[in-house]
Amino acid sequence: MLTLSGRVIRKSEVASDTKEPGLYSLSTNATLPSPLREMKAFLARDSSTAPSGFKRYFALPGASLEGTPPEKITRLGPEFDYFGDGDVVSLSPDGRIRSIFRANSSHNSILLTEQCNHYCLMCSQPPKRVDDSWLLNEAFEAIKMIPRETAEIGFTGGEPTIYEGGFIKLLEHIKNWLPQTSVHVLSNGRTFADEKYAKAYAQVDHPDLMVGIPIYSADASLHDYVVQSKGAFDETVRGVLNLKRYKQRVEIRVVIHKQTCDGLPELASFIARNLLFVDQVALMGLENIGFARANIDTLWVDPIEYKDQLSEAVQILTSYGIRAAVYNHPLCLVNADVFPVYVKSISDWKNEFAKECEPCLRKSECGGFFSSGIRNGYSQSLTPFL
Amino acid sequence: MTKFKPLVEYQANKGLYELLPFKFEPLSEDDVVITNFVGEFAFISRDELRATVNKNLDPSSKTYSLMRSRHFIRELGDEASVELLGLKTRTKYSKLRNFTNLHIFVVTLRCDHSCQYCQVSRQSENRAAFDMTIDMAEKALAIVFRSPNPAIKIEFQGGEPLLNFDLVKHIVLRAKEINETQQRDLQFVITTTLSLVTDDILAFCKSHKIYLSSSLDGPEDLHNHNRPRPGRDSHARFVEGLERARSALGYDAISALMTTSPASLTRVRDIVDEYLKLGFDGIFLRHLSPYGFAIKTKSYGAYNVERWLKFYEEGLDYIIEINKQGVRFTEHFAALMLTKMLTSNDPGFVDLMNPSGAGIGAVVFNYDGDIYASDESRMLREMGDTTFKIGNLNTSSYEDVFTNEALLGPLEDSFTLSAPMCSDCAFEPWCGADPVFHYAMHGDVLGRKPESEFCKRIMGVVKLLLERMRSDPQVKTIFMGWANRC
Repeated sequence: MLTLSGRVIRKSEVASDTKEPGLYSLSTNATLPSPLREMKAFLARDSSTAPSGFKRYFALPGASLEGTPPEKITRLGPEFDYFGDGDVVSLSPDGRIRSIFRANSSHNSILLTEQCNHYCLMCSQPPKRVDDSWLLNEAFEAIKMIPRETAEIGFTGGEPTIYEGGFIKLLEHIKNWLPQTSVHVLSNGRTFADEKYAKAYAQVDHPDLMVGIPIYSADASLHDYVVQSKGAFDETVRGVLNLKRYKQRVEIRVVIHKQTCDGLPELASFIARNLLFVDQVALMGLENIGFARANIDTLWVDPIEYKDQLSEAVQILTSYGIRAAVYNHPLCLVNADVFPVYVKSISDWKNEFAKECEPCLRKSECGGFFSSGIRNGYSQSLTPFL
Repeated sequence: MTKFKPLVEYQANKGLYELLPFKFEPLSEDDVVITNFVGEFAFISRDELRATVNKNLDPSSKTYSLMRSRHFIRELGDEASVELLGLKTRTKYSKLRNFTNLHIFVVTLRCDHSCQYCQVSRQSENRAAFDMTIDMAEKALAIVFRSPNPAIKIEFQGGEPLLNFDLVKHIVLRAKEINETQQRDLQFVITTTLSLVTDDILAFCKSHKIYLSSSLDGPEDLHNHNRPRPGRDSHARFVEGLERARSALGYDAISALMTTSPASLTRVRDIVDEYLKLGFDGIFLRHLSPYGFAIKTKSYGAYNVERWLKFYEEGLDYIIEINKQGVRFTEHFAALMLTKMLTSNDPGFVDLMNPSGAGIGAVVFNYDGDIYASDESRMLREMGDTTFKIGNLNTSSYEDVFTNEALLGPLEDSFTLSAPMCSDCAFEPWCGADPVFHYAMHGDVLGRKPESEFCKRIMGVVKLLLERMRSDPQVKTIFMGWANRC
């Protein structure tokens, strides 16, 4: 588990006049040509003499930075040792530092807002009703700093489309600044029920864009209950239809828990009958974090108990030629017929194994656990492959 | 933290839903199957049906959820269900827009076989009387390429088309020449017994990617009994021809069809085994058609639809068993029906289309220049009835042919959504209009449904398929595989 956000030890060696939160692109290259240094922050790890001319210096424990102007130095604790070359970090005036982009990870998501028109029982990022549109502005800036060769970026929330036109502009922005980067958006899809919005989204004409939209049940009431919003199912389905009308790539995302596991086969049939044209269906295990912890009695079910429903759902989807993918499940808790669509998926920074897994021979193939699961309780049915 | 609301807050109050169009058919004393017009279905009890209609369904019940998600009912504010029904309806009928795909050329009526149930063929050396001429073929091709369909299939039928292979060659070369500017997705199929196939013929088929559709009625004794030819060697010639054709054209370029003769009725396992042995991955268990020699020789009357259904049921169960044993093997008639039952696609099978596939799904150019609305129509003509003749290559333009009352009248009159008894039938979404059959049997294109063998056959097969997938989840899985193969 990595600490993605936290406090610096000292924001500056001396009181500085910078009040604005600032974004920094980190470099570990001491020989960086000087025109580039002005745009970069140097990440110092050891006692060698620091190169001059960088915009800012982040010092990990053990860095000396002798001779560097003290107002340019920010001291970091050991929890940020994972920072590396090409990373983008945000440093706020009050000394909070957040990792925005990690160059050596393939799981980079940019949080655009914590506001949402859903209030999902298992939300891992509980929504807040505050104006946090500075996050959108920060995303615009961060995109300019992210290495051009980046393979994939995710946009997440909250609900990114609450910015309406602002979000469309962000897509145009990333299309222009990172033309080689595929973009994956997490949205509840409801805004796209407005055909004009779906059309505007399509007109961005992004070469490699996919939106992941949750549908939790074929039972509209149950879906509405899970997302705690009446009429959500209807709007989401119409949103998906509009997106496909404009030939946009859509992934359906299903989080499996006690409320949704029994309905998996019926949901798979619903998708096969009605939404055959979606590009992928992701069937995902519960992440025991955020609201999920508060609602754990309502939500928790040992994945071993729904393994047959999971198999049936996968079997239905693949029969109809729909690409299915099973995420966030330990390998030993799914039936073998799920293996062909099993994805080792949990973001690297939150993937861990349980102590029962130590002797397992197939750990390298296993998706493992959310770190939150290790902390907050996990299946008692783990059976290591020996 | 804000309080979360319970599920019941998101469920409607009792009775606050409206019915979407659906029909039902009893399966037993207590159970019905209900269907909507895009072919979705659900098994429910009569009590649940009654509760649904009387708006007494409990909003927290499984049945309520099922009825709503399968679009039999909707709540106030449910817009997606209606939008989805519209979308699926458009998908179901989308093939109509393309118009005629299959163009059948009867290049000769002559044949080396004299099958008892054959509808049309002749034993004759008289080429002039029973062969299509180059001039006719040219005129037919001109009509073929007037079809707006981006995909065109030209199927050569007979008699035995290989007896007039020079004309087949001519048509293939000319069609390809025309297609250089037309750029259609052009496909050729020859319907042949394979008994006369030579290496030269195969070489030609290979260089023009021509598929072969052949006939296999079962094991050697049955096949030769059904399909007599001089030397009584039809089966041996088929097996030998199949092997050579597969080597020359590729394994999947040759398919086979069977016809159920009276002698087949007790032999369905032998027949399926023969298909398995010869390396086919499916079989079409086909009933006899009431045309041509089948009626003349009393073959058609030799068994009724009930007897055929028994044969079909035994065959289907045997094929299911084979699938359960791990071998993927399809019964193609079931696969066509299941595609309609389990998906929003229509497989476009001419006998199961509504409006009927006659003319707009397939058109037949007969050897003598007459144009017929379907293969069955020209068989009827061989019995002396030209009701479904929709033109002649010498005298009719494309417009004449496809706006002919002999075509449009039967299409409209047999349209199942307005045909008496069809329009109320729960299986209508999975069925088709067959005006030619009903005309042949009852003298008018609508027919009398209570007496219709077509109706009995489809109802029987549908009930069988429903029953099998309902009682055995493994069969449902197998059927889903078939449904998505068409």
